[in-house]
Amino acid sequence: YQRRVRGAGVGMGLCMSLSVLGASWGIWTVGTSILGAGVKAPRIRAKHIVSVVFCEAVAIYGIIMAILMRQRWERIDDLHPNRSDYLAGYVLFAGGLGAGLCNIFSGVCVGVAGSSAALGDAQNPKLFVRLIVVEIFGSALGLFGIIVGIVAITGVEFGTKVTHHNMMMT
Amino acid sequence: MLSMNVEFGFLEGLVRGYKSEILKTTDYANLLQCDSLEDVKLHLSSTGYGDFLANEQPPLRTTTIREHMTQKLVDELHFMRVQAVEPLKQFFEYIRYSYMIDNIVLIISGTLHERSVQDLLQQCHPLGMFDSVAMAGLTIAKSISEVYRFVLVDTPLAPYFQDCLSEEDLDELNVEIIRSTLYRAYLEDFNRFCEKIGGSTWDIMQPILEFEADRRAINITINSFGTELSKDDRARLYPRLGKLYPEGHAALARADSQQQVRTIVDVHMQYRRVFASAANDPNKTLEDAFFEHEVYLNKDAFNAQFGFGVFYAFVKLKEQEIRNIVWIAETIAMGARNKATYIALF
Repeated sequence: YQRRVRGAGVGMGLCMSLSVLGASWGIWTVGTSILGAGVKAPRIRAKHIVSVVFCEAVAIYGIIMAILMRQRWERIDDLHPNRSDYLAGYVLFAGGLGAGLCNIFSGVCVGVAGSSAALGDAQNPKLFVRLIVVEIFGSALGLFGIIVGIVAITGVEFGTKVTHHNMMMT
Repeated sequence: MLSMNVEFGFLEGLVRGYKSEILKTTDYANLLQCDSLEDVKLHLSSTGYGDFLANEQPPLRTTTIREHMTQKLVDELHFMRVQAVEPLKQFFEYIRYSYMIDNIVLIISGTLHERSVQDLLQQCHPLGMFDSVAMAGLTIAKSISEVYRFVLVDTPLAPYFQDCLSEEDLDELNVEIIRSTLYRAYLEDFNRFCEKIGGSTWDIMQPILEFEADRRAINITINSFGTELSKDDRARLYPRLGKLYPEGHAALARADSQQQVRTIVDVHMQYRRVFASAANDPNKTLEDAFFEHEVYLNKDAFNAQFGFGVFYAFVKLKEQEIRNIVWIAETIAMGARNKATYIALF
């Protein structure tokens, strides 16, 4: 039981924590720049909250992933271990780790780009829309991570019986 | 880069906000149309300077304008300095050391000529003031070695003295040589510090400090023609960094005329351009050409994020702006407005 579930638990934890790490890294990077540039250019204060929202979205991806992972655990049966449980454990770990790492890099990317966007917008207002486009692409990276993760984990479940039919599906 | 913003993001945003208030060419065009210093004050009040001259009694003098502009720069720098943490705090201190060196040389030469302490302190550059403990020692010091023993060893510049000068040297040497020796130690130290920080700071500061060292070497050489400074002494004053180190320095130490200096530095494209621009324009001195090149290097600093170069560049560009405006104000006051030139910043 432990061996099957440990990987899954670690995967769930990593997904959530790495996503939050990426989001917070991004928010601290962009937040100080908005505050600094906003001293002499107060008009940017409201517009650049969107950078913080993009970083926050990364953390939300992590939560969604973690909740979906939890739903895979509904029917775990420790008296009758079967092979697909091991697969479930590994897939949940890998999906969580992959999505978590994607979200770290996405959060950092959005943070750094958002910081440059805040400083650039303070000098030249025409730059705002172009730099937000850069941030959108950056946050798409986190989306890729959780799409792959969700596709992987919806294929597995703890506690299903291994029949010939299941074996072919997994 | 990834973690710079935690501690320095706010200050970097702030300094870029200050930089956006630096006067543009349109502002300078307006200033050149002015007829009197009151007009200058009016035009400056519509820029980032605001009403900084509002409490001054007419007639306005150019020295007053310079003092108030410098005071604004000092206030802005102080606001940033008190919020900085290491290593930015140390970086700000390094920026101030060059002004401290000028103040120290002023104090030393003033003590030599028996000027009063109050006069000297008033003439010191506000960016390079020491704290009051050190200043208190000035009132009791009567000779240069006493100034050294009571005041200077407590300042952060003491290591630069220890490297190269002793108490006896201070009494005998020419103050310009003292200034050059101190500045050399300071520049090498600053270079090591920036190299240790690395990253974007080093990328921006390295060409700036190199140029500063080369400019010092060239100026020392040119100013020493016709004086009794021996060639070996001259070579000892060159900072040990820069494009001209070490081959250029060996050649410069033996140079005898400005033409020879020009030939030596022609190897480097940028200095060839600097000397050529000074030679082609009869109204521009070599010093002006050097200032132009310095402005060019400092403007580059604002293209790099997550580094400290912007703080240094901001101070230097503001200084250049003060020089520009004071020169324009002086030509207006003298009635020779056609002589007004400036080095365009942004």
